[in-house]
Amino acid sequence: MSVSKTFLALLESGASHGYDLKHEYDARFGTDRPVAYGQVYATLARLLKSGLVTVDAVEPGEGPDRKRYAITEAGVADVERWLASPEAPEPYLQNVLYTKVALALLSGRPAIDVLDTQRAEHLRVMRELTSRKATGDLVDQLICDHALFHLEADLRWLELTAARLDQLAAQVTR
Amino acid sequence: MSASQAARGATASGRPRDGNLISCTNLTKRFGSTAALDGASLDLAAGEVVAVMGPSGSGKSTLLHCAAGILVPDTGEVVFDAEQIGHMSDRRRSELRRTEFGFVFQFGRLVPELSCAENVSLPLRLSGVGRAEAARRADEWLQRLEVHEVGRSLPGEISGGQGQRVAVARALVTRPRVVFADEPTGALDSLNGERVMQLLTAAARDTAAAVVLVTHEPRVAAYADREVVVRDGKTRAS
Repeated sequence: MSVSKTFLALLESGASHGYDLKHEYDARFGTDRPVAYGQVYATLARLLKSGLVTVDAVEPGEGPDRKRYAITEAGVADVERWLASPEAPEPYLQNVLYTKVALALLSGRPAIDVLDTQRAEHLRVMRELTSRKATGDLVDQLICDHALFHLEADLRWLELTAARLDQLAAQVTR
Repeated sequence: MSASQAARGATASGRPRDGNLISCTNLTKRFGSTAALDGASLDLAAGEVVAVMGPSGSGKSTLLHCAAGILVPDTGEVVFDAEQIGHMSDRRRSELRRTEFGFVFQFGRLVPELSCAENVSLPLRLSGVGRAEAARRADEWLQRLEVHEVGRSLPGEISGGQGQRVAVARALVTRPRVVFADEPTGALDSLNGERVMQLLTAAARDTAAAVVLVTHEPRVAAYADREVVVRDGKTRAS
């Protein structure tokens, strides 16, 4: 997730302080991974340096002065470009699960146990997400669905691999 | 001693083993030269939702049919509430399926000539419940499954998602102790499938019914409390 692009896009709806920006980001997109304060201010400093945001007000506070950031025209153009560009689909070709299965076969260990252990863990997480969906709002449901579809893809791969273990064993051990 | 009492003596203790409502142990079942089950086991506690997963042809539907007394295994035993199903008369098995079990299949299998409300009230009518009372309870279940509006329609006039909800209502209307669901969302799109699963599991939990859920879809299995995997007729529990 690009934190800097997301901050920029959030600033399009109005100027904001770093503190408020962080909380809006966490509430909308942070889910289980809120952005750290250090990253918030480092990101805003980079955006400022690139001319994508500007400081439109400085308010004195008890600690350091509070800066209010606003998006520039260049920033709006950057957001437009970002939203219009497709994300690169991740091919997942370097796969830890495949590596474990292949190594289990190479070392003569039961590879089916590797697959079954992983399946049980995937389903455990899927159960958690499913029960979270039941109590969550639409945003929560969509975020959980995204995760669930990805985990399901892994599980389909696990099942397919289980069905082809004999062939795979013959290939990796020859 | 009645046949039923004799059958109840099937287990050494005369009680459900380990508190299980259903225990299937070491089942084998052949169809001609094909071994559909080859030492499969399945335990189900009261109120528990268990997903039976596995690839097509692995034996998961055969396991469900044996657990529900629809098929009789070649060897092994199926015990329901301390009664060995294999020792029951056909009549007792039919009674069990009518009163203690509910069924949901992939394509609903509603009676096409009856309205949806009549389909839901049918299991009650077969158990001797009066017409008015059966209609009242069917109506209640159609509302619960959010398909009250299709009560007067014929199954051929409603969508697949609505049909499955009617089928779930029909399965639960007798307040069964176990619901057997065989690929209940297999013919539905993601959104409809999800709603059917939410309603099925919520209704089962509300009525304390246990569910055996056969599915090859992991997102459907994630509605269960745990899963059992069938491969080549053998079970592997997590």
